[in-house]
Amino acid sequence: MTDLLYSEEEEALRAAVRDLLADHCDAPGVIARTESDTPHDLAAWKALADGMGLAGLLVPEAQGGQGASAREVAVVLEELGRAVAPVPYLTSAVVATEALLASGDEELLGQLASGRTIGALAVGLHTAPDAVWKTVRLENGTLRGELTGIADAGVADVLLVPADDGGLYAVPAAAVTLTPQVSLDLTRPLATVRLDGVPGRRVGDAEPAVRRALRAGAGLLASEQLGVADWALTETVRYLKERKQFNRPVGGFQALKHRLAQLWLEVVNLRAAARAAADALASGEDTEIAVAVAQAYAAPVAVHAAEEALQLHGGLGMTWEHPIHLYLKRAKADSIAYGTAGAHREALAGLIDLQAP
Amino acid sequence: MTDAEELRRRTRELLAEHPPADTDRLDFLGARFDAGLAWVHYPQGLGGLGAPRSLQAVVDAELEAAGAPDNDPRRIGIGLGMAAPTILKYGTDEQKQRFLRPLWTGEEVWCQLFSEPGAGSDLAALGTRAVREGEDWVVNGQKVWTSSAHVARWAILIARTAPDVPKHAGITYFVCDMTDPGVEVRPLRQITGEAEFNEVFLTDVRIPDSRRLGAVGDGWRVAQTTLMNERVSIGGMALPREGGMIGPIAKTWRERPELRTHELHQRLLKLWVEAEVSRLTAERLRQQLVAGQPGYEGSGMKLAFARLNQEISGLEVELRGEEGLVYDDWTMRRPELVDFTGRDAGYRYLRSKGNSIEGGTSEVLLNIVAERVLGLPAEPRTDKDVAWKDLAR
Repeated sequence: MTDLLYSEEEEALRAAVRDLLADHCDAPGVIARTESDTPHDLAAWKALADGMGLAGLLVPEAQGGQGASAREVAVVLEELGRAVAPVPYLTSAVVATEALLASGDEELLGQLASGRTIGALAVGLHTAPDAVWKTVRLENGTLRGELTGIADAGVADVLLVPADDGGLYAVPAAAVTLTPQVSLDLTRPLATVRLDGVPGRRVGDAEPAVRRALRAGAGLLASEQLGVADWALTETVRYLKERKQFNRPVGGFQALKHRLAQLWLEVVNLRAAARAAADALASGEDTEIAVAVAQAYAAPVAVHAAEEALQLHGGLGMTWEHPIHLYLKRAKADSIAYGTAGAHREALAGLIDLQAP
Repeated sequence: MTDAEELRRRTRELLAEHPPADTDRLDFLGARFDAGLAWVHYPQGLGGLGAPRSLQAVVDAELEAAGAPDNDPRRIGIGLGMAAPTILKYGTDEQKQRFLRPLWTGEEVWCQLFSEPGAGSDLAALGTRAVREGEDWVVNGQKVWTSSAHVARWAILIARTAPDVPKHAGITYFVCDMTDPGVEVRPLRQITGEAEFNEVFLTDVRIPDSRRLGAVGDGWRVAQTTLMNERVSIGGMALPREGGMIGPIAKTWRERPELRTHELHQRLLKLWVEAEVSRLTAERLRQQLVAGQPGYEGSGMKLAFARLNQEISGLEVELRGEEGLVYDDWTMRRPELVDFTGRDAGYRYLRSKGNSIEGGTSEVLLNIVAERVLGLPAEPRTDKDVAWKDLAR
C-alpha cells in the first residue's frame, strides 16, 4: 500500500532543511547571486551535503551514504523548491547518483554521497525518461563532441557522459570546456559541455543508467514543483490578506478567493501525486505509472501557481526585486525538465493501455 | 478493552452465536447492533463500544470474510451519515434509544427536510414555519430536493420558530414523522427523466415537542453537525485505480478503437491523470483520518469530484459520436439508489450536472475553502442583524 503521508522523521528532516535554508537562501541573497559569477550557493550546498549528509540519502550506508530513500529526498526537494535554492541537489544527489547506482561505480558513488564531489549527468535537462539523448563520439579511446542544456554543469566536478558506443563515461569537469548558457531558470543554470578528445573512464552501460536517473529525476522533480507551488500559494494568500484596495483587503473579493481556492485544490492534489511518486520510487512498485502521473500533473500546477502569484501581486509581481520571478522561471523550466507533461501523458498511454488512434 | 484484538474476539462471538447462514438478515443486524459492533465509535448501548473509529475496519473485515449481511449503507446513507450523528450529539436518551437501532439496521429509512425553493445556498433563510400549540408544533411549508422521501419513515427537519429575530437565531430542529397525514410527497422529475428527488409539502403537520432535537431556536447549530457529516462521509475504503467515472470511458476507449481520434486521446489522457491524482488525494485523506491527523483535503474533494465527473462523462458522450446522439431511456422512474457511474454515457453526463449543486454548490464550497482553509476575509454580510421577516425575498 502506498504511504502518502509524511512520517515524523520526515517532518523533522523538513524542519531542519527549512531552518538551514532560512539562514542561507533568503530571497534578496538568491536574487543578487543570480547575476554574479557564482550563481550557485556553494556554502548552502556544503551545509546541506557535508553538514547534514543529505547528498548521500539515496546511497546505501555500505557505500558511504545514509541508506535513506526517495521519500526523504522528496521532502528535501520540497524545501529546496520552496526556497528556489541554487544548489545542485536534484542534479547531483539524485540524477547523477541514480546513474551511478545503476552502473555500480562504488568509488564515485561514495564521493558524490559525501557531497564533496558534485556530479552532473551530461544529458540535456529537457530529456524525458523514455526519450533518446545526445551522445558524444568515442574516437581512439577519447571523447569528442558537444552537449547542450546540462543543468548545474557549471559547478560540477565530474560529468557522466553518454558516448556513441553505448557507454557512460566519467569525465573530470576540468578536462572539458564548459560554457554557461543564459538560462531561463536563474537558479538552475545550464551550460554547454565541449569535449575535444578527452579521455573518460567507462562506468557502465548508458541505457539503464540514464533511464533510471531520468525517471528518478522526473518523479522527484514533482516534489520540488510542490515546494514551488506551495510557496506561491502561501505567499499570495499572505499578501492578499494585507494588501488593501477599495478600502478592503483584496483577498476578500470573491473572484480572487475562488481562484486561490482552486489553486489550493491543485496544490493538495499535487502533494498526493508527488508523495505517490516518491513512495513508488522508494518501493520500486508501480514506478513508471506513478512517475508519469506525477509529472503529467505537477508541471501545469507549479506554472499555474507561479503565474497566479505574479498576477495577484499586481505590479509588484513584475519587479526584479520581488522573488516571484525566480519561482515563475523555475516552474516554467521545470515544466520542460525531464520531459513535458505532454511527453509523460504520451508515455502513460502505453503504460495504462489507452492507445493512440 | 477495545483494541483490535478484543474487537476481533467480540466479532467472532457474534458470528458464533448468530451464524449468518442460518440467521434472518434483520435479526443478525440487530444482534450486531446490540453487541456494539454496528459503529464501534458510538457509545455502549447505542450500537458501539466507545472504541476509536478507525477500528471499525477490523470488525467489517471479519464480518465480510464470514459472509455476514451488511446494512446496505448506500440505501440508508442519509440516516447513517446525517441523522445519526445529529441524534447522537443532540438527542435525549429516549430519542437515541428509539431511533438509532432501526436507523442503523435499515428498518427505518430517513430523509432530510432542509432545502426549500427559496432557501438553497442560503439555507438559513428557510421559511417553513413551526408554531407551538400545547405539547405539539404545527408545521407548514415546502421542502425540496428530498431524496428517499417516498420511502422514508422519518425525516430530520429544520423549521422557523421565531421570525422576529435574525435568520440563524430563529430555527429549530425536529424529527418529523413522514406518515403524518399532513406530509405530502410528490416526485420531482429531473433532467435525466427520472425522479430521484421529491418535493415535500407540509400542511398542519403535528410534531410533538418530544421530537425536537436541541433547544428551541438552536436549530442552526444542530444542523451544522448534520451538514459537517454530509461532507465527511467519504468511506473507509481505498478506491481502486479507474474506480470512478473514468472507468467506463477507459473501457469504451479500449474496446472501441474505431471511435478514437487524436484530439479525444489528448483530452482523455489529461482527464485520466486528473482522476488518478484525485483518487490519490482521497486515499491520502483516508490515510490521514486513519492516522488521526485531521486534514483539510476533504473540503476540496467534492469540488474535484463534481468537475471530473462532468468533464469525463461529457467527453464520453462526444467519444461515442453517432451513439452519443441517442439516450437510453427517458421513462420517469423513482429509483431507490443513485449510481453516478451507472447506465449510459448520456445519463452519466446529465446526472453529473447535479454533482456541483447537491450537498453544497461548488461556488459555496470555494468560499468555504477560501475562508476556513486559507483564512481569507468573509463575504460582506447585510443579513446578519436583520430579523428574518424583514429580509429581501
